[in-house]
Amino acid sequence: MANDRRGDVGEGQDPARELLSSADVARTIARIAHQIIEKTAFGPGNTGDLVLLGIPTRGAVLARRLAAAITEFTGVAPAVGSVDPTLYRDDLRRGPTRALVDTAVPEGGIDGKLVVLVDDVLMSGRTTRAALDALSDEGRPRAVQLAVLVDRGHRELPIRADYVGKNVPTSRAEKILVRLTESDDRDGVLIQRPGAAPAEPGVGTEAEPSVGTEAEPTIGTEAEPTTDGDDA
Amino acid sequence: MKHLLSIADLDAATATGLLDTASRLKDTLLGREVRKLPTLRGRTVVTLFYEDSTRTRVSFEIAGKWMSADTINVSAKGSSVSKGESLRDTSLTISAMGADCVIVRHPASGAAHRIAAWADKDAGTTGTHTSIVNAGDGTHEHPTQALLDAATLRERLGSVAGRRIGIVGDVLHSRVARSNVLLLSTLGAEVVLIAPPTLLPTGVAEWPCRVAHHLDAELPALDAVMMLRVQAERMHGGFFPSAREYSIAYGLDERRLALLPEGTPVLHPGPMVRGMEIAPAVADAPNAAVLAQVRNGVHVRMAVLYHLLAGAPE
Amino acid sequence: MTDLLNDLLIRNARPYGDEAVDLLVQDGVVTGIGTGLTAPEGTEVFDAGGHVLLPGLVDLHVHLREPGGEESETIETGSHAAALGGFTAVFAMPNTDPVADTAVVVEHVRRRGEEVGLVDVHPVGAVTTGLKGEKLAELGTMAASAAQVRMFSDDGRCVNDPLIMRRALEYASALDVVIAQHAEDHRLTDGAQAHEGAIASRLGLAGWPATAEETVVARDCALAREAGAALHVCHVSSLHSIAVLRAAKAQGVRVSAEVTPHHLLLTDGRLTGYDPVNKVNPPLRTGADTQAMREALAEGVIDVVATDHAPHASQYKDTEWAAAKPGMLGLQTALSVVIHTMVEPGLLDWHGVARVMSERPAEIGNLPDQGRPIAVGEPATFALVDPDAQWTVRGPALASRAANTPYEGMRLPGAVVATVLRGRITARDGKVVA
Repeated sequence: MANDRRGDVGEGQDPARELLSSADVARTIARIAHQIIEKTAFGPGNTGDLVLLGIPTRGAVLARRLAAAITEFTGVAPAVGSVDPTLYRDDLRRGPTRALVDTAVPEGGIDGKLVVLVDDVLMSGRTTRAALDALSDEGRPRAVQLAVLVDRGHRELPIRADYVGKNVPTSRAEKILVRLTESDDRDGVLIQRPGAAPAEPGVGTEAEPSVGTEAEPTIGTEAEPTTDGDDA
Repeated sequence: MKHLLSIADLDAATATGLLDTASRLKDTLLGREVRKLPTLRGRTVVTLFYEDSTRTRVSFEIAGKWMSADTINVSAKGSSVSKGESLRDTSLTISAMGADCVIVRHPASGAAHRIAAWADKDAGTTGTHTSIVNAGDGTHEHPTQALLDAATLRERLGSVAGRRIGIVGDVLHSRVARSNVLLLSTLGAEVVLIAPPTLLPTGVAEWPCRVAHHLDAELPALDAVMMLRVQAERMHGGFFPSAREYSIAYGLDERRLALLPEGTPVLHPGPMVRGMEIAPAVADAPNAAVLAQVRNGVHVRMAVLYHLLAGAPE
Repeated sequence: MTDLLNDLLIRNARPYGDEAVDLLVQDGVVTGIGTGLTAPEGTEVFDAGGHVLLPGLVDLHVHLREPGGEESETIETGSHAAALGGFTAVFAMPNTDPVADTAVVVEHVRRRGEEVGLVDVHPVGAVTTGLKGEKLAELGTMAASAAQVRMFSDDGRCVNDPLIMRRALEYASALDVVIAQHAEDHRLTDGAQAHEGAIASRLGLAGWPATAEETVVARDCALAREAGAALHVCHVSSLHSIAVLRAAKAQGVRVSAEVTPHHLLLTDGRLTGYDPVNKVNPPLRTGADTQAMREALAEGVIDVVATDHAPHASQYKDTEWAAAKPGMLGLQTALSVVIHTMVEPGLLDWHGVARVMSERPAEIGNLPDQGRPIAVGEPATFALVDPDAQWTVRGPALASRAANTPYEGMRLPGAVVATVLRGRITARDGKVVA
């Protein structure tokens, strides 16, 4: 059954602390867009190669925002789409059945392309792993890179983002709430301490109960927050 | 979802969720060279069929294989069933061997319910968990057929809600009709059963549908029409005077096809008796959705397996 | 010589729920009723605790499965269940293997009942040979045998052929025996699995139309009228049959009728999970039918309650619905169900219970020493009932070999405290007194 992807919300509890304001989010996206342009040499005369694929829900929104920003800066539009990693996840049996979401590979496919996977939060790396497996069933890209708005550490797989909006040292018990107007009511990134409920009706992916690996501590791993590197 | 035994157990949100999953799976696999998803790797799906069936069993088998489940077929003829083993013992034996899901077809109405009850009772003592899927039980239900019919109608009509769907023929003996009446009405469609009174069950007045006896009068207002198979053994049961008279009164021929609004989809669960309930020209007309139904059957059954087996056991 | 075993002083019992009295029983017969009675030394004194005393219950319709079906019930285990249920006489249906269609078989059943000695077991003889509905069985020989058969029935099957039924009624009229008909037109119930109605239609179970009962009841009443014979209609289940019975009785037809406890209480709403414990023939019908049954029983259009006690070992019940055998246990739950459905709503008082569960059944079954008034000079054959007790039904705890009770887990009112057969206590506080 399609699980409710929203967390229960208590009232009158501690509000979450804001890490990125609406303006910060816009600046961060713009910065990542510039980095992608720089690193991939995307621009007029070199448009055939780049494909931005977001991981639904908020990663797909971010991919579209990045594509818009890249279009604004270069005058040409990169291919953009989404890839749903759900059918490739390794944690399906740990929670209620997950609803499937859109996989939308742009016209022209991904064979031989440079794919930039886009997600909102990177933590264990398991979602990214699932998305990579889903990609490999869709085609054979020339290379795959990873862009995330927030890297909060706690990696469980040898995965590293090529573009990071903000590194946020966290404890496993904390939650990172990413909000984007397309799916929520405003832009922003919040951090929530253990036991506190979201300040607004549950919106962040991190607030999902029992569905996201990113939100779940995994038995037997180190609880120490990692702070590998500054903003890329 | 623990088992899929009857459409009556599904509310609109659950049914829509299944159809959405089926549609996403279809999109996911569309145009792929390798039609294989790792989702149910290591899970075991057993089809246990006590009646002959090609399309339903094969459809489930393909669905399981495309999801990477290990799929095993047990037919009543080749098992210890022919030695007189009870349904309870056979089904519990298959559960005990580690089947995560048993898909059962049986000539007795309610057989899947019984197997589910035995499996649940057994799970209480052994801690194993087996999901049961009803793939057709007597004259009761055939839930995945109704789901694939609804999936096909959604594709052809955009949505099912508010549409008027006619179901024509032997409703009395049809598990397809029972499941479809429940599912289509749950999804907000208006269902009209069109049949002679002898082929309608006593008590049909309390079903969530309307009943009519004259096909010509209903056709112009239908958004889709579903023809039911007339089984040969009914022709000798006195349910109607002759095959010829039935065909004249309830067969869908080219003249009647013209009475339907342009492009109205024509569904048939198969196998079709051409020339009886459906004329060959109608069966092959662009309106006919028969092969689309079969295609959707695989995705719907993948969706059912996904909803039963992919999440945490309930 | 007085058999001391059959001497008893019962203190503080309330016959039919009336004023408390003592009863002195000597040699199986009531010799005194009053207050402060004394008994000769050595007489067993039984304190009835102010509970309700009824004449021993008589069941016109049980299946004891012996011979041939001993995996489900025997005359011994069935007698235990009967005694614990307050019964002192039962009529054992002939659908055994071999069928009770000859003097040899009915005499065997009668003798086994006497050996067990807990309840009077009266064999019912088959109307037709092998229950096939084709040829009359030797009714006269069975009636004249040591088994003294007074009731004949093909129960489980209907005597469907109107000519055979006519001959059976005519022939029976000279023997002073009753023909008990399982009213079901088999042409209308071919393959039937459940009451024909909304629920069966949704469950995909072939319907058993009420008309299949009603038409046979009507036909048989006409045949009984013309033959001047006694007809008993088994397990009436449809409200439409009641109108037919009322009209026939008004015409003076010698017809009696029974209803089962389950048709007083249970409906086809229980079928939705396909548990065959609810499969029975005739099938559970609608709430309107159960209500009509209760009213007809109170009115007397339906004469008696009979259990149709039908034990089936689990291999015949723990199956898919279509493969399961029809029938349910009834002996140990009958009185409680009658209290629940008839006494509690005020449809019957205790005199009424005595009428429908003891007096009228004994009359219909032609038993001169059962169903008698609680009075001096009458047999000391009683059921002592605690009307305020509550108990929870558990199939495996019942005395029958099988456990197919539809009341599993239900809390029912009224408990049989003791059963007395001609001065001998056969059951007491839920245990058989061997």
